[in-house]
Amino acid sequence: MTEQEIYADLSAKFSDKIVELIEAETFNPTVVVAPAAITEVCHYLKDTETLNFNSLMNLAGHDTDGESDLSVIYHLHSTELDHYITLKAFTNRENSEVSSVANIYGTADWHEREAWDLYGIKFTGHPDLKRILLEEDWEGHPLKKDYVAAEFYRGMRIEKVK
Amino acid sequence: MGALNHKFNENILITSLDKLLNWSRSGSEWYFQFGLACCAIEMMSAAAARHDLERFGAMPRSSPRQADVMIVAGTVTLKMATRVKRLYEQMAEPKYVISMGSCANSGGPYWQHGYHVLKGVDQIVPVDIYIPGCPPRPEALIEGLLHLQKKMREEHILAKKED
Amino acid sequence: MGRLHAEEMILNMGPQHPSTHGVLRLKLRTDGEIVSHIEPVIGYLHRSFEKHAENLEYQQVTPFCGRCDYLAAMGSEHGYAMAVEKMMGIELPERVEYLRVIFAELQRIASHLVAVGTFGLDVGAITPFIYCFRERELILDLFEMASGARLLYNYIWIGGLAHDIPPGFVEKTYEFLDDFDKRIAEYNQILTGNKIFVERAADVGVLTPEVAINYGVTGPSLRASGVNIDLRRTQPYSIYDRFDFDIPLGEGAQGTIGDSWDRYYVRVREMEESAKIVRQALDQLPVEGDVKSAVPKRIRPPKGEIYFRSENARGELGYYIVSNGKNVPLRVKMRSPAFSNLSVINEIGHGWMISDVIAILGSLDIVLGEIDR
Repeated sequence: MTEQEIYADLSAKFSDKIVELIEAETFNPTVVVAPAAITEVCHYLKDTETLNFNSLMNLAGHDTDGESDLSVIYHLHSTELDHYITLKAFTNRENSEVSSVANIYGTADWHEREAWDLYGIKFTGHPDLKRILLEEDWEGHPLKKDYVAAEFYRGMRIEKVK
Repeated sequence: MGALNHKFNENILITSLDKLLNWSRSGSEWYFQFGLACCAIEMMSAAAARHDLERFGAMPRSSPRQADVMIVAGTVTLKMATRVKRLYEQMAEPKYVISMGSCANSGGPYWQHGYHVLKGVDQIVPVDIYIPGCPPRPEALIEGLLHLQKKMREEHILAKKED
Repeated sequence: MGRLHAEEMILNMGPQHPSTHGVLRLKLRTDGEIVSHIEPVIGYLHRSFEKHAENLEYQQVTPFCGRCDYLAAMGSEHGYAMAVEKMMGIELPERVEYLRVIFAELQRIASHLVAVGTFGLDVGAITPFIYCFRERELILDLFEMASGARLLYNYIWIGGLAHDIPPGFVEKTYEFLDDFDKRIAEYNQILTGNKIFVERAADVGVLTPEVAINYGVTGPSLRASGVNIDLRRTQPYSIYDRFDFDIPLGEGAQGTIGDSWDRYYVRVREMEESAKIVRQALDQLPVEGDVKSAVPKRIRPPKGEIYFRSENARGELGYYIVSNGKNVPLRVKMRSPAFSNLSVINEIGHGWMISDVIAILGSLDIVLGEIDR
């Protein structure tokens, strides 16, 4: 199925939880989904016979400029039917929450922990959302565009002394 | 035994205790294989057949208790730095540290935007030899070990240290 | 006397450990020697590759890509270059495409040699390690002839290559390939059918296809479970559709399909297939062509985003690149194969003894630089 057909299918099933289909300025046509509806959309995408998206290739957080919304992008693939779809969910910076797909795809477990660690996006329903790359007592979420590194961490200077 | 033939009377060798100890220590630099990143692969290549570190007496040891020299090969991140310090303190005196590669020397290519990289392992442990390179060739690592041998031969480990 | 009550032990393996293939920490909950739960702790090599990519120009990011997966640096640079070239719509000269395939496949052989050698080392066989590194030195000599460096190259540039190959390279590569086939027979003789090795690796850590696809396992570990997915065949990129090679799959020859022995043997067979591809590419290599003719003066991809995947030595290496029209990327996310491959360790490792956990970890072939980025 093409991305346009999948978008039509999803829109028919989930109506206003599917916001739009972005086709301009991207090599992968993207379906924008409301953040709280990601879990049920992914359940539908995986369990329906005609869609059968059994493989989550990539899950990444994204910050455009330091002021507007954060977003999470999902790249899905079906190994049986060999078609692709990309999903995107926008969420506001102060209170970012997206529903988790860790119980649907095993890949999402660690990828969501990384998005929490580096972007501060909370995934509701994740079994164990804690930092994965940085230490538990690290302050801040480094990949956000407005992140400023602290001067010291546990007594060690971070910036290079020139 | 050509050079030593007929030079000494009946198995008596006269030397200083320092020289004897230094000779035996520099000929058996057992290194603590602390490979962290890409430089660890060059350290492994140095231990393999073509560049053969063992002919210099340098044997890899996995435990800090059995090692003389710690080769910090690779980037030291802030998460790892506390562990590096703890392992250094577990080594027995006399001990040395070789900082291998630009990441361990001063942060390497990650010096500018690396919020999680320690800019040089000498911020937490005292370093004896720095080996530049990204990654340094195995020959460069061998040169570093030979410099350390030279440094060892000039030490007086039995002399009382002034406090 | 009644039952002896035994408590669960929590053991810590790493981050400094000779067998964890890098700075990986495994928290093991064990009942005596049998492991009931494995929790990997990563991040000891997090060098903020993605933050650097947002602050450096596109061509300056290439050396950092190689340093992530330092055992397969050519493959990492290749994937990144192809992603940006697709965004910019650059057409490459034929000679560049053939040379890139030659280097990518030689790099695959070098990476699998380390995987096979260190796997033998993990289960106690020291000789294959020395033999594998002997062959690897010959490949690194070839890389040094072409790019000047042994391990991290900055050679596959966006739009071409850094330098053309020197005279004598093609002959030396043919010499290496003629010698290499005998070496594979040597490895099969010492390690593959060795009774002790089979006892240690066969039937250990069986990975079923459903679990593998669910956890995002790709590459030789997935193909050892019988799943026939190789991006060079299913979604050909570059010029891989012009070459004739097989995709080795796990068959459970010594035990069950998807055990550690299968993952090891798929890598040995892949080395043979890669040698075939290099030979075909050398035979077909065009003599004319300038490797720098398509390198753009200014690299400024148009606004947009792309997710490009390629088959690296460890599996599916994906680059998600977002551009806003400037000469500095807005976002570069590297979807690393080893990150997902490692996440399956608890599923297949629990219930085995500690020494079997080390064998399973060795058969998954991870590189911490890529996992932590």
